[in-house]
Amino acid sequence: MPATFTRHQAEVEKRDTGYGGKPPVDRRPTGGGGGDDNWDSHSSRNSGPRELLMRYRLAVLSGLAGDFVFFAVLVSAFFVRPTAGHIDAGANFVSDWHPLAIPPILWINTAILLLSSLTIEVARRQLFHEIDVMEEWLGLGRPAVKRAAPWLLATILLGGLFLTGQWIAWQQLSAQGLYFATNPNSHFFFLVTGAHAFHLFLGLFALVFAFVAVFRFKRVEMRQIALDCTSWYWHAMTVFWIFLFILLVCYQ
Amino acid sequence: MNAPRAQPAAPSRGFLGRRIFTTDHRALAILYLLLGLAAVIVGTLLSLVIRIHRVWPTVPFPLYGILRPEDYLAVVTMHGTLMVFFVLTVVPQSAFPNLVLPAQIGTDRMAFPRLNAAAFWLTLASFCVLVAAFFVPQGAPISGWTSYPPLSAIAATGPGQGAGMDCWLFAIGLFCIAAVASSANFLATILARRGPGMSFGRLPLTVWSWLTSSALTVIAFSTLFAAAAMLFADRHCGTSFFIPASEVISGIARTGGGGSPLLWLHLFWFFGHPEVYISILPGMGLASALLANFTRRPVLGYRVMVVATLTIGFLGLGVWGHHMFVSGMNPYAGTAFGLTTIAIAVPSSAEVLTWLAMLFRGRMRFTTPMLFTLGFISFFIAGGLTGPILAQPALDAYLHNTFFVVAHFHLVMAMAGVFSLFAGIYYWYPLLTGRLMNEMLGKAHFWVSLIGAYGTFFPMHFAGLAGEPRHYAQLAGPVESFPSLIPVERGITFAALTLAAAQLIFLFNVFSSARKGVRAGENPWRATTHEWCPGTHPRTRGEPYLYGPNSGDTEDFLPQWELAPPYPSGLKPE
Repeated sequence: MPATFTRHQAEVEKRDTGYGGKPPVDRRPTGGGGGDDNWDSHSSRNSGPRELLMRYRLAVLSGLAGDFVFFAVLVSAFFVRPTAGHIDAGANFVSDWHPLAIPPILWINTAILLLSSLTIEVARRQLFHEIDVMEEWLGLGRPAVKRAAPWLLATILLGGLFLTGQWIAWQQLSAQGLYFATNPNSHFFFLVTGAHAFHLFLGLFALVFAFVAVFRFKRVEMRQIALDCTSWYWHAMTVFWIFLFILLVCYQ
Repeated sequence: MNAPRAQPAAPSRGFLGRRIFTTDHRALAILYLLLGLAAVIVGTLLSLVIRIHRVWPTVPFPLYGILRPEDYLAVVTMHGTLMVFFVLTVVPQSAFPNLVLPAQIGTDRMAFPRLNAAAFWLTLASFCVLVAAFFVPQGAPISGWTSYPPLSAIAATGPGQGAGMDCWLFAIGLFCIAAVASSANFLATILARRGPGMSFGRLPLTVWSWLTSSALTVIAFSTLFAAAAMLFADRHCGTSFFIPASEVISGIARTGGGGSPLLWLHLFWFFGHPEVYISILPGMGLASALLANFTRRPVLGYRVMVVATLTIGFLGLGVWGHHMFVSGMNPYAGTAFGLTTIAIAVPSSAEVLTWLAMLFRGRMRFTTPMLFTLGFISFFIAGGLTGPILAQPALDAYLHNTFFVVAHFHLVMAMAGVFSLFAGIYYWYPLLTGRLMNEMLGKAHFWVSLIGAYGTFFPMHFAGLAGEPRHYAQLAGPVESFPSLIPVERGITFAALTLAAAQLIFLFNVFSSARKGVRAGENPWRATTHEWCPGTHPRTRGEPYLYGPNSGDTEDFLPQWELAPPYPSGLKPE
């Protein structure tokens, strides 16, 4: 049997500099991205603020991957359903798929949602603005939070506006006599818009939480994480909506 | 906000604080194991009801009376659901990672301990809701663990399809959320919380398995959640995603649907097939680790095993249609799914052949965990060999609704899965109690279980080939061949009773060894991975499975946390 071990005493010991010793900014002592992440010598960096942020991002992205699959499955129903007609006694193909006219307000809602994605991105970047973050980390006031707060507030308002707009769209359809249970297309329309609206509803809670968090959390990196994760979620919801909206408009 | 680093829980917190309402992953592992134990006890009792009813359909059960056909279907449904979700998912994919995953990657806690704990409580709630289905009006659902519509979509289709089916759906919804939450935690932990020195090339194969199965869990259980949401809408909101245009229910014609029951089958099996790998991949990783330990030689082809694990996970997403050859799906799609299914046999065979190669001239030590690992491999091969047979659409057309399929998946998923769980429990038991389980009882447990399991499931191949249908409450009717199957059925039932009785040995062993077992000491199996490292987690210094005569000066193994000794001058490693 061949000898299998190849390591020896020369393995370099790296000292963990400890938690809290590093400011939550991108700059690293090694310069740039900290280029010691060698395949065979994973360094001891699992305790700094950047690593904490990466862990939270990973968890949120895992959840969003699941969410993406969730919406993909709902959409699969959309593609299967129109073809699920049947052949009647007279050998005619009968389909009960009735295209549905999209309420025009959805265009406005889409614009609002895109705008909200923009505002939250601005807010997020304020919290990663290096000079301001360093000041916060050193305890010199809260310049980053103060600059992010108005944008965050704008996002909350725009998010609320979007949900109101969706509500109006549902009301308009109801006024035409189209409900969830009316026909296959309305099943689908209400299902995807409802599921998406529910996600945005949770997103609004997350936004409010992030708004409180950036003021209340003691550690700068936790403020960043609260806003960063919320904005990833919010962006994903915008992307999902664009995808669903194109589907609703073009593939009736 | 970060919880303080998990120290050994402070003694002031009391039993509840330390063991129950805690974010400590070890304590959660014990809770998950107890949940799995409760589920496996209920599920096994239900399986005995199935077996007894098939042989003596007219004998009344004590306290219940004679089982009606609908009761039989309810029992089958609950048996399948409990075993697949709460045993074969909860134990390998939740309990075991909580027990050893952070330690194996050289860290002291999960990335998100509170999320992890929340997932347990959701799983427990899901279990309670599912079991509640027995006690609601009309009892448990009858549409099988796969819940095909329209049977599952319309309450009028049968007893148990009202409140019972709602319990089932609600339980599954909760389970999906819990599974995705705990997997997100595992993914973040494995990818971004590895301890110093723990590079990807040094991850134990169990961790690679959990990485793959967690990714599969996120995808598969999100699919199931969406499907369950749509089924719920069909049942309660008047939609018709899965309800066909017209059908006759209990003699009453019903129209107005127009949806596609086939869509549910696609979605369910897009969940259901990855679920098989979620159950078995941790067992495969564990088998590699245990074989290395108990043959005292390294895992052959570590990188091949990693690639095979990832490939199985990836291909496992593309084979779901082989559950649907007789569902009315496009036959050309059947051919495609047959091909992908045969393709997945390639990485699976790579793993099996590696294990066999490790056994060949290995210095085997027949401890109880090793025996159960060998049992796992035996069942995996025996059940796996009928896989390519069932992957032929033409053969499956005959075999699909027979006991041949029951034999196949009980060998390859249920028995292989459960034997790997036993291997893990016998192996990691010292981590929980500081003691070893009794070897004599363990070996008795193994041999009786092995014989009982083969006696139960192997004859089902012959019954299936002879045409015995599954899902039927009893063998009656004009078909002449059925009476000739009764002796086989009776033999299966006796074997199943033996198999279940053998588990009493296990239960006794678990609880008696906790108090009277031999003290294990540090690293009783002389293993190399970090969960056996005494004290806190030091830096990882090398590959995970360094066993063999060359691995150390005095010992034949080199733990991941130890430096290699200086080499003697004449023995340069090459």
